[in-house]
Amino acid sequence: MTTAIAASAREAGDPQLTPPRRGGRRRGWMPYVLLLPGLLWLTLFFIVPLVQLGSASLQSQWPGAPGYYYRDVNGANYLDALSAYGVHFLRSLAFAGMATVLCFAIAFPLAYAMAFKAGRWRNVMLILVVAPFFTSFILRTIAWRQILADEGPLARTLNALHLLPGGHITETWVAVVAGLTYNFLPFMVLPIYTSLERADPRLLEAGRDLYADRLTTLRTVTIPLAAPGILAGTLLTFIPAAGDYVNAELLGSDTSTKMVGNVINSQFFTVLGGYPTAAALSISLMVLILVLVLGYVRRFGTEEVL
Amino acid sequence: MATNTREAHGDLVLENVTKEFADFTAVDDLSLVVPRGSFFALLGPSGCGKTTTLRMVAGLEQPTHGKVLIGQTDITGTRPHERPVNTVFQSYALFPHLTIRENVAFGPKRRKAADAVRLADDALELVQLSHLAGRKPVQLSGGQQQRVALARAVVNQPEVLLLDEPLGALDLKLRRQMQVELKRIQSEVGLTFIHVTHDQEEAMTMADTVAVMNRGRIEQMGPPERLYDLPQTAFVANFVGQSNLGVGRIHGTDGDFIVAEVSDTKVRIPKQRSEIHDGEVMFGVRPEKVRIHESQPVATGNDVKATVIDVSFTGVATQYLVTVPSGASWTVYEQNLDVEPISLRPGDDVWLSWDPTHAFGVPVDEDGRKAALAEDGA
Repeated sequence: MTTAIAASAREAGDPQLTPPRRGGRRRGWMPYVLLLPGLLWLTLFFIVPLVQLGSASLQSQWPGAPGYYYRDVNGANYLDALSAYGVHFLRSLAFAGMATVLCFAIAFPLAYAMAFKAGRWRNVMLILVVAPFFTSFILRTIAWRQILADEGPLARTLNALHLLPGGHITETWVAVVAGLTYNFLPFMVLPIYTSLERADPRLLEAGRDLYADRLTTLRTVTIPLAAPGILAGTLLTFIPAAGDYVNAELLGSDTSTKMVGNVINSQFFTVLGGYPTAAALSISLMVLILVLVLGYVRRFGTEEVL
Repeated sequence: MATNTREAHGDLVLENVTKEFADFTAVDDLSLVVPRGSFFALLGPSGCGKTTTLRMVAGLEQPTHGKVLIGQTDITGTRPHERPVNTVFQSYALFPHLTIRENVAFGPKRRKAADAVRLADDALELVQLSHLAGRKPVQLSGGQQQRVALARAVVNQPEVLLLDEPLGALDLKLRRQMQVELKRIQSEVGLTFIHVTHDQEEAMTMADTVAVMNRGRIEQMGPPERLYDLPQTAFVANFVGQSNLGVGRIHGTDGDFIVAEVSDTKVRIPKQRSEIHDGEVMFGVRPEKVRIHESQPVATGNDVKATVIDVSFTGVATQYLVTVPSGASWTVYEQNLDVEPISLRPGDDVWLSWDPTHAFGVPVDEDGRKAALAEDGA
């Protein structure tokens, strides 16, 4: 999306770069025909449900008949939902934020090594990054429960060393953030790897040749070159992580680590009369993420560099 | 240490520099002095070690043995950013995320120059690209990118400026133009330029001194005219321009000349123009020094019978490809000075003659022997 906008802006700005327009009227309808299947799909499975969700979020409950609603414009649903579950929102953002930062900290050196240092091991490393996808997401998350369990090797060792206040890893926010980080790591690694791999190693040499030491070269050349990948990676990690409920469900506790996704899940499926609240939370989450992402892209979105 | 080596001044000196990679020696015990302020060319075929040499000067590679010095300062082992050396990369390596001005200001900024942007603008003026300062590299043509790369290096006023095949990606016309431009800029800024190229014409037109490299060693070094006039090895004789060669055996002397026999023909080589004074010698003479005659010339005493294989008319000159008795093919350039050109056809018998003071003698080596017998003599 950002690429397309940037590209068209650049073309508009510089007439020399605009490709010659091809004979207009006869071909005019072709793009729309090609767009049709996609538009139909989007309408059916995105716009219609979204409108439905929006209208559900504004419904009112029949007095005295829990689980029955009538169409209404009841903005109070939002106020109620946000005041009751605001803390879950903040928690979701905090967990997703931490997971994104951790993913970046792990993924950047990994992607850098793969792009510049791995040599013939590059493809093996790529496969290893993607390999976990061959097992179900749920299974892998459950496997983390074994790894982090109180009787597991990690918790035992930490306990033996008295390094684990509280005595547990599971049922804490640490476990949830670790799960999120683990599950979304490939989505950070792959885009960063792609943009680093495209970067000409001579550019890094040029940086060092022009009086930048390794760290300065990293800051002024390597990271800017990887910016499109970093942007894509952080979005691909943060957005789904903020809406995730599986990690909190399987690795977290019943109270202190619930994320907004868990609340939506339980309001929809377990709480009688929770529909409007769940819908209001869903819409709020979407708007919130949209606003955050737009701000982020505005701030850091490079116009496509290559 | 960093500031200390960065302030080094003087000639660039390579002392017995060797670079070994896992399975081969790229640069083999190379010693070299490049005087400060000169335009120096490293000329050689691909894989001869010239780019590796350049990278060792830049600090992008470290020598396996030997030393790199600037003036009295040993810079061996220092990192690229610690050296007063900048490179114009073959593919230009302009930072795509920065504007032209930011690209050029990159070096000065890293060195904390207060007026980095002004320096960059001055450098862009030097290469006549001030009007494009706000653009991104992708919006520039190859020739313009080339000049930005040059400005980005020159702006730092390095002790040594390295150019790695800088004109390789440009078309012929632009290349000629840039050759003149590079020479102008070099004399204007007075920096030491080391130009790596495989194009002998490029090296000869620009450099004060050319070092011809082959297999990790310098075969011969000197001003272009001298390299051309008096090659010291068969490799140089063929790499710098073309040469007509023949393997012979030295029989004796005749005044200031050595007399050698090349397949039953006696040839003379001035004593001071031969590296070899007895035994086997590789005799050589440049194609434009050879005259072609339809009948045996009188009393030149230095002639050989040959058969025309091919005639190509190039306008200012006609190039003849002939077979000499040794079986080798020689090339002869005749300037088209006469209104009526010599009318020769392939298969015609001709006589070749030359002024023996133009002949040269170099040691016989396998490359030369092959070249002497090569189909086209080139």
